[in-house]
Amino acid sequence: MPAEPLADRALPLPDVAARPDPAARGRRLPVVSLGIITIFVLVAILAPLLSPGDPGEQSLRNRFKPPVWMEGGSSRHLLGTDRLGRDMLSRIVWGSRVSLTAGVVTVLLASAFGAAVGLVAGYHGGTVDAVLMRVTDATMSFPVILLALILAVTVGPSFTNVVVAIAVILWARYARVIRGQVLTLMGLDFIAQARIAGAGAWRIITRHLFPNTLNTLVVLVTLQIGYVIIVEASLSFLGAGIPPPTPAWGSMISEGREFVTSAWWVSGLPGLAILLVVLAFNLLGDWLRDTLDPKLRQL
Amino acid sequence: MIRFVVSRVLQSLVALAILSVVVFVLARATGDPLQLILPMSATPEEYAEARHYLGLDRPYVEQYLSFVGRAVTGDFGNSLRARRPVIELIRERLPNSLRLAAFAMGISLSIAFPLGILAAVKKGTGLDRTAQVIAVLGQSLPTFWVAIVLVEVVAGRLQWLPAGGNQGFTSYVLPGFTLGWFVVAGMMRLLRSGMLEVLDSEYVKLARVKGVVEHRVVWMHALKNALIPVVTFAGIYFSILVTTAIVVETVFAWPGLGRLAYEGISSRDFPVIQAVVLTTAAIVAVVNLSVDCLYAVIDPRIRHAR
Amino acid sequence: MSVPVIEVHDLRTHLVTRWGTIKAVDGVSFSVAEGETLGLVGESGSGKSMTCLSLVRLTPRPASHIVGGSVRLDGDELTTKTEAEMQRIRGRKIAMILQDPMSSLNPVFSVGMQVREPLAMYHGLRGATLTERAAALLASVRIPSPAARLRAFPYQLSGGMRQRVVGAMAIAAPPRLLIADEPTTSLDLTIQAQYLGLLEELQDRHRLAMIFITHNLGIVSRICDRVAVMYAGRIVEAGPVRRIFTAPAHPYTQALLESIPRLGARTERLTAIEGQPPDLARLPGGCSFAPRCPQVMDRCRTEAPPEFEAGPGQVSRCWLRAPAGG
Repeated sequence: MPAEPLADRALPLPDVAARPDPAARGRRLPVVSLGIITIFVLVAILAPLLSPGDPGEQSLRNRFKPPVWMEGGSSRHLLGTDRLGRDMLSRIVWGSRVSLTAGVVTVLLASAFGAAVGLVAGYHGGTVDAVLMRVTDATMSFPVILLALILAVTVGPSFTNVVVAIAVILWARYARVIRGQVLTLMGLDFIAQARIAGAGAWRIITRHLFPNTLNTLVVLVTLQIGYVIIVEASLSFLGAGIPPPTPAWGSMISEGREFVTSAWWVSGLPGLAILLVVLAFNLLGDWLRDTLDPKLRQL
Repeated sequence: MIRFVVSRVLQSLVALAILSVVVFVLARATGDPLQLILPMSATPEEYAEARHYLGLDRPYVEQYLSFVGRAVTGDFGNSLRARRPVIELIRERLPNSLRLAAFAMGISLSIAFPLGILAAVKKGTGLDRTAQVIAVLGQSLPTFWVAIVLVEVVAGRLQWLPAGGNQGFTSYVLPGFTLGWFVVAGMMRLLRSGMLEVLDSEYVKLARVKGVVEHRVVWMHALKNALIPVVTFAGIYFSILVTTAIVVETVFAWPGLGRLAYEGISSRDFPVIQAVVLTTAAIVAVVNLSVDCLYAVIDPRIRHAR
Repeated sequence: MSVPVIEVHDLRTHLVTRWGTIKAVDGVSFSVAEGETLGLVGESGSGKSMTCLSLVRLTPRPASHIVGGSVRLDGDELTTKTEAEMQRIRGRKIAMILQDPMSSLNPVFSVGMQVREPLAMYHGLRGATLTERAAALLASVRIPSPAARLRAFPYQLSGGMRQRVVGAMAIAAPPRLLIADEPTTSLDLTIQAQYLGLLEELQDRHRLAMIFITHNLGIVSRICDRVAVMYAGRIVEAGPVRRIFTAPAHPYTQALLESIPRLGARTERLTAIEGQPPDLARLPGGCSFAPRCPQVMDRCRTEAPPEFEAGPGQVSRCWLRAPAGG
């Protein structure tokens, strides 16, 4: 019998892929979250059509009417009225415009700018990176609400001010995260290859780096919309947000502050609206993160 | 290790310097404080006099330099409204804010830690699901809403706990809880996901293979690794606590830095605004620095890198 | 024949997933004696690792559990022990070396701490004695400057050194049985031979029974006394190393051996094994290798073959080996 030494080779057999992950959760679409978001978006867009009445119409006779399902409620004011007799449903419908627009616009602005900074910083490295990161750090440590208050006092409260105040600080978060991602990507071979092939900075950033950070961006953006909506509401609550007469959920809650135990719906319903929207965005963001980029679990 | 600390301190100083410029500009942008201080009938001469007296007529660069120079020694000038040294105001208010923040952080961590770890260890059970629900709610509820509900219901109607004020420990509970609520949520999720990942790792498997007792596997071998992102976020959350405090302090009438800022802004009190923002930023910087150092202590790989 | 250290009889471990129940270990029997090395060979998913994890009851929970069979260590039945009792067996009586030393050492604890831990647990040592023994243990696996190494962290060591540390932790007791799950797969080729030599030395010194999991037949021929070839959760052939290589008695083993290119042979086409690896959640009735077997018969598709004698000390689970008339 031949006593040949066998070549030191691994068995050239394909991997058995038949052992599925017993811990895998169902990656079902978060239907409820998407549903809630869609409803609110539609409500915001179609506010003029959907609102049963004029949100600013006061009627001192009809103050503090409870919602329709409670004693004393009427179908004319499905969600009751506030302390000036204004229809709650209309106000909440119109308020959704404020919150959602503020959320989306702010986050889009902040993410666009922040991602750009992160991409540039990560790509160039060295001094550029160091300088940009110091600026980013300084920005991140500035209190958002303080800035918004200052703006509100300086220039006067307005929608633009709220968006600007938040966006001006929010971008730093994106810059940090995207820069981190870019740093990892820069170490990979395909970037070196692009460089060897003669691609310039702009091309590498836009064609190679940016698409690979898209997943992270999407997750971050979704998770941040909820945060921004809460900040905007806090500002309106403090009186530094959208000024009256535009209905904003935060200022509605502030107005109903003293009646929490009596006319609870004045503060309770707008609060519920905020909760639902933010919850929906957070859950959607979580699902997106689990699907697109589980390494972001820390966010 | 020393080099690490020194370089981080320098970076913080640079960040603070940038911030001081921004703050200076912004404070000036709030408008002319004299309009609020002087009576409506004041003449232009009186305006000029007041301006000169307060040093507001000197060139901006000069104002900035003298501001920085004195800020470093703790002299933030006098509050335009209260006519007292700002540093005194801060000395009165800052401890209140810090105590509240520390209290909030304390209870949040003591709830979040065991809950997060247990949720991971008992993944899939009722406890885990409850914890996850609490977490997601905590991050979706607006702080001020919780605050006013607590004030009206728990303090007002039920009279179980006071809404702020000076009654010792119990005064801290409601505002602290409101402030810390979302920290609990965030930390718990972080710990849970961190622990889940670590419990699945090869080194945990090896520890079990070695025969290490299960609770030591969880609380020592696994936890130390899961702490790394938690420590990072503890710093970020603390900063958020400090900045969100403004809302909570307003609702609970808590005499802290947040309230001071609010009052300062409303009365266009530059020195106060500058001082509050810088103090806040300095606190945040110190916390971040401590977090980074703590990070280096936990994870030896960080110590030797950089 | 020496007295076996470990005897496994008809071990069955099932894994419950949303795709169905996987019979990861489906009636596995073997035994290993003192000083003997058994090689467990097979492709990924064949059940090699699950079998060994079943021996120490560390299969992934809660999805998996042992549903039948017996495992006896020095005559002591393990499948009926409580978790607390098993914890006292792990490490002390049965030790394991895992595949990737970078991930099997805890990155945030020093080497010293991780080596001291088993010594403290198994021998109750403390203080200076503990540190001395830890250094001695590192020395016994040929790690240079052991005392200094105790203070190092895993990321500061090379792959080969880390695996030696893992080996040191494994023999801290020393155990009766050492299970090595592909310990050299992550190491450089040049280091692999050294490590194998180390394992042989440790085995001699401590009279260990050893189970060596690998997919590399070259290593099997060097270090193993006996081999068990696994497919789809079952042992399809087992026997002394020489016989398996020179006279394989199962079509799967034959195919494995043929698919390895040999130096010096005439150029032939490499024979790959036909078909797909089995879907463990939906195994066909009959012999699980039947869909891919070049010598398949009708009987194979309907009846699962038992083990037949195929030579001195050699068994094969194949109808081809059935005695005539069976």
